[in-house]
Amino acid sequence: MTNLEKYDKLFLETFHLQPDGLPGLKYRGIQAWDSVGHMDLMSAMEETFGISVSTPDLLDFSSYEKGKEILAKYGVEL
Amino acid sequence: MELFGLRERGPEELLAVEDGGGRVLCGELFAVGEGLARAGCRRELVFVLCENTAGTLLGYLGCLLCGAVPLLLDAHTSPQLLRGLAEVYRPAFYLVPRDLPAQSRAQLPQAAPVLELRDRVLLAAGGRGPALHRELALLLATSGSTGSPKLVRLSGKNLQSNARAIAEYLELTPEERPITTLPMSYSYGMSIVNSHAQAGAPLLLTRRGILERGFWETAAGEGATSLAGVPYTYQMLQRLGPAAMDLPRLRYLTQAGGGLPPELHREFAAWAAETGRRFYVMYGQTEAGPRMGYLPPERAVEKCGAMGIPIPGGRFWLEDGDGRALDGPEASGELVYQGENVAMGYARTAQDLGRGDEWGGVLRTGDLARRDADGIYYIVGRKKRFVKLYGSRVSLDGAERLLCSRFPGAQFACVGRDGLLSVYVSPPSGEAAEGAADYLAAQTRLPRGAFRVCPVEDIPRTEAGKTCYARLNGDG
Repeated sequence: MTNLEKYDKLFLETFHLQPDGLPGLKYRGIQAWDSVGHMDLMSAMEETFGISVSTPDLLDFSSYEKGKEILAKYGVEL
Repeated sequence: MELFGLRERGPEELLAVEDGGGRVLCGELFAVGEGLARAGCRRELVFVLCENTAGTLLGYLGCLLCGAVPLLLDAHTSPQLLRGLAEVYRPAFYLVPRDLPAQSRAQLPQAAPVLELRDRVLLAAGGRGPALHRELALLLATSGSTGSPKLVRLSGKNLQSNARAIAEYLELTPEERPITTLPMSYSYGMSIVNSHAQAGAPLLLTRRGILERGFWETAAGEGATSLAGVPYTYQMLQRLGPAAMDLPRLRYLTQAGGGLPPELHREFAAWAAETGRRFYVMYGQTEAGPRMGYLPPERAVEKCGAMGIPIPGGRFWLEDGDGRALDGPEASGELVYQGENVAMGYARTAQDLGRGDEWGGVLRTGDLARRDADGIYYIVGRKKRFVKLYGSRVSLDGAERLLCSRFPGAQFACVGRDGLLSVYVSPPSGEAAEGAADYLAAQTRLPRGAFRVCPVEDIPRTEAGKTCYARLNGDG
């Protein structure tokens, strides 16, 4: 599985989404991506990619697309 | 009744600051109160769909000023629950977001716009609403998330006495700037509005949450002096770390809405001690408007895990199963509270809104507590069938009723502990077993992970045919 596939899978499983729901997906744009969903998503990212997301990055991780930029900072190529 | 000394404020005094820095002055509140009175709201029931916005705050306090009786509801209340409440209580007015989704708007039949309040619009249903007791000032839902129409009836005296007591023990002054972290429709969120109105301190209104950068920018830029949270908020603050809370004017933190795990209590008490701030663990129920107890911050480290002592003007005692007061050190029993803030009673029908005080200032909390030799109280268990999920009280019987009406033919038994509600469902496969958790999450607007489904062949019953909860341990 590629990193992008892993990244997508974390969103799909955490928020019970279909793949067409990913582009443009924003924090609090759907009920499931609330504060609890965000904490779950961050833990899943950390576990899957073996990284530790800093507090500023956790606060900036505000959309599906923005998250890709943030992971790139941690050397995760998507 | 004159509440929170609002009318004594100068028209140029600051009532609130919005996201983006917009100022809301007391003069605007006075105008809103007059506008609501002219629209015919005086002594009428108004459903207020709340968000942390200027329009909501003006509408809520404007209702109290003009003698309208608001029922505070979350703006995201599901359309079905909103319809259920509207059918039972038939309010004369609704104060709703201008951008209320059509699905929710359709649940408010024939309501026409009569007044605009910033981001809110007042809708008139036409005709009078239910008769209201002269002392009734405010209504709150008890376990609104499961669709129970049961409301708590609060008087002006209840609200005033609780706001004063909170302002006293938190030592609030007009210099405070609390930033919103909780919904205004939630009794804890409402009590922050009331106690700071009482103290003459403006509120920092934000629709953002603590996991958004914008929240912390507002908190730092506008000089937030306090944060409030339910246990889950403290888990998030722990993940964000102490640097996030390093706000220049932050003076104290408060916690309520369920017991805080002792390790979090210890961590935040220690943080407060090290940084010269205060950490208040508090205790309340909507039925007491809501605050009943707090742990004095100077004892937060020493009495970690404790709930605390009664608020100023209140009294706690413990009773055994026969209603006898338990004396002596290290007593334990049902916690009973007495104070001016104890509600008038419940309402289950529109007729109940005409009833007077039925509780006489005494509340049996349903919580089991222990009192140590220093007179400090600890919550140790619960008599009533409800759980706290992310700070919200969810009735286990209410959850069963919701499921039974959605999945006729299936059988359900709900049990739980704070943080997790387990749904036993029979038959063990099929639509009900697959859809129960998603349905509860959607109806209560709580995270899916708060619910667990345990499929079983048969729900255990007693000989009388009642669900035998003792045989369901919630561990599936």
